[in-house]
Amino acid sequence: MDSRQKKMLWRILAAGVLFLIALLIPAQGLPRLLLFLIPYGVIGWDVLWRAVRNLTRGQIFDEHFLMSLATVGALAIGEYPEAVFVLLFYQVGELFQSCAVGRSRRSIAALMDIRPDVARVERNGALEEVDPEEVSSGDILVIKPGERVPLDGVILEGSSALDTAALTGESLPRSVSPGADVISGCINLTGLLRVQVTKPFEESTVARILELVENASGRKARAEAFITKFARYYTPAVVVAAVLLALIPPLFFQGGWGDWLGRACSFLVISCPCALVISVPLAFFGGIGGASRAGILIKGGNYLEALANTETVVFDKTGTLTRGVFNVTAIHPEQEREADLLELAALAESWSDHPIAHSIREAYGAELDTSRVTGVEERSGRGVQVQVDGRTVCVGNDTLMEEIGIAWHPCHQVGTTVHVAVDGVYMGHLVISDQVKEDAADAIQALRACGVRKTVMLTGDAQAVGEDVARRLGLDEVHAQLLPADKVDRVEDLLRQTSPRGALAFVGDGINDAPVLSRADIGIAMGALGSDAAIEAADVVLMDDKPSKIALAIRIARKTRSIVRQNIVFALGVKFLVLGLGAFGLANMWEAVFADVGVSVIAILNSMRALHSPSEPS
Amino acid sequence: MKKRFSFTNLDCANCAAKMEAAIAKLDGVHSVSVSFFSQKMTLDADDERFDAILQEAAKICKKIEPDCVLHI
Repeated sequence: MDSRQKKMLWRILAAGVLFLIALLIPAQGLPRLLLFLIPYGVIGWDVLWRAVRNLTRGQIFDEHFLMSLATVGALAIGEYPEAVFVLLFYQVGELFQSCAVGRSRRSIAALMDIRPDVARVERNGALEEVDPEEVSSGDILVIKPGERVPLDGVILEGSSALDTAALTGESLPRSVSPGADVISGCINLTGLLRVQVTKPFEESTVARILELVENASGRKARAEAFITKFARYYTPAVVVAAVLLALIPPLFFQGGWGDWLGRACSFLVISCPCALVISVPLAFFGGIGGASRAGILIKGGNYLEALANTETVVFDKTGTLTRGVFNVTAIHPEQEREADLLELAALAESWSDHPIAHSIREAYGAELDTSRVTGVEERSGRGVQVQVDGRTVCVGNDTLMEEIGIAWHPCHQVGTTVHVAVDGVYMGHLVISDQVKEDAADAIQALRACGVRKTVMLTGDAQAVGEDVARRLGLDEVHAQLLPADKVDRVEDLLRQTSPRGALAFVGDGINDAPVLSRADIGIAMGALGSDAAIEAADVVLMDDKPSKIALAIRIARKTRSIVRQNIVFALGVKFLVLGLGAFGLANMWEAVFADVGVSVIAILNSMRALHSPSEPS
Repeated sequence: MKKRFSFTNLDCANCAAKMEAAIAKLDGVHSVSVSFFSQKMTLDADDERFDAILQEAAKICKKIEPDCVLHI
């Protein structure tokens, strides 16, 4: 609680005690009025003051004015305890609201606490602490263990583990060594790092993420727009109804002016749409905040709302469902041991820069004795021919084998086949393929579990490769051998097939997918860590490249949607019920103040649930 | 030009909505968003008249919620 809130708490307590005293003293007439006016003044002077001030500025539908009018009306017809109680309860509610909103604000601010305070720069041989915004690219930074990486850069010296949890929600630290990129906002855990800055602050990951999250509240969901519009008409309508209620019925019905005036006053108490105006945006604010804690950046309430309606999810293959990195996935020797075949291939490829050569060396893992290798001849587009320990080794594709006249046989496994021949004898082959991400199959299953009707994969790869991945992951449809333009056409076809209220989400790595990302109802990009294109083009960005986060995003969106619906139905339901009862004299000001402040507090509490990500469905 | 400004003591969500509606009606304003939760206003308006529009917007905020200060 801040000092203003504490002061209000004391006022509420003091007014509460004075109110009890007034209730207990059996006074009548004017003394009784004076007794109740003391707590009334203590609790309500600022409301009355604001009412007068706002009235002079022409704000007649001001909350304070309507509250004042209602309570002054209650005093006028002799309902003294009601008048005091309404103001007391109103202030309790306001205090509660301000605490609750402050808490949500703080917890979201804590989620977004990734802004670095200082950068330590090497200048003229000395270290200087400067504002990260004053660092330019090319500068050398020194980052100690425990400090936040202030700007994006590349490591020159030192190795360490980086905690990326604030950016990705991933709790496992990432180990880095010289040559690796570091991303601002991560925390350096173990070693001292010397880093060369590659991007100025405003283009660094932290600045981009903060900007994205701050802009998110600008893009309002339909439900928010509806509430804003509703609020504009609701207050005047209720006030007009109150005026009519005070003036018309006494002319035709039994009962004095006082009775109808009392009913009109209860109307005024219910005339503030606060419950909805605060709780609905708070739910979206919380949903977006909670998602960002899990490493899911959502660019606006409208996208959160659309995510809840996701019916079809379309995936790009490479980099989205697969890692986009090639690995040796099978070793099929004719007679030798697998390890020997792999070593032979690795030695033969030891001088090559080709990605396939790289993956073979990586699979071998150990240090290679390159002195065993001589006479390297690269056969561009086909493979390589070398001498290993004096033997002629050929490593390459089908064409190379045909050229050197060796009988080879195709592999049953999908992927790129690399054959190995020694001194004209076929030794076997390796299969290299892009690996499916660990959580890809679970991701598809989780999507189906949360009600997504169709999962589709689009790929530029060969039909066989595409079908193989789709079968392993359990996707419903696969479209292979597509050019980038074909992907847009396919997505448009799929958009036509979705139901009018359903949404289609496209998930890509954001690099070549910009047109498709923007064409889909929701564009989800993988790999914000480092990819500028992804943040630009997508509506939702998954910070840690995990497809399983999509289902989580949908669950967060659904939870937020149901909270919003509950609040709208509950708040409007109670308000209209009490308005109805009040018009017939069945509800008085005690119920009215509950319908106003009580409902508001309950709705806010409900909205605060949106901050917490939903747990796994059982 | 698009710029962001912060508030102190923007205490009422309904007022924020009223401010947003009123500022959006000003001549030269392309878009405006007043966020009660982040206590911020994002104003996108004509470059050449930006300062005048901003003054006007601050006046509107003052009128709707006198205790609230827009930091320009």
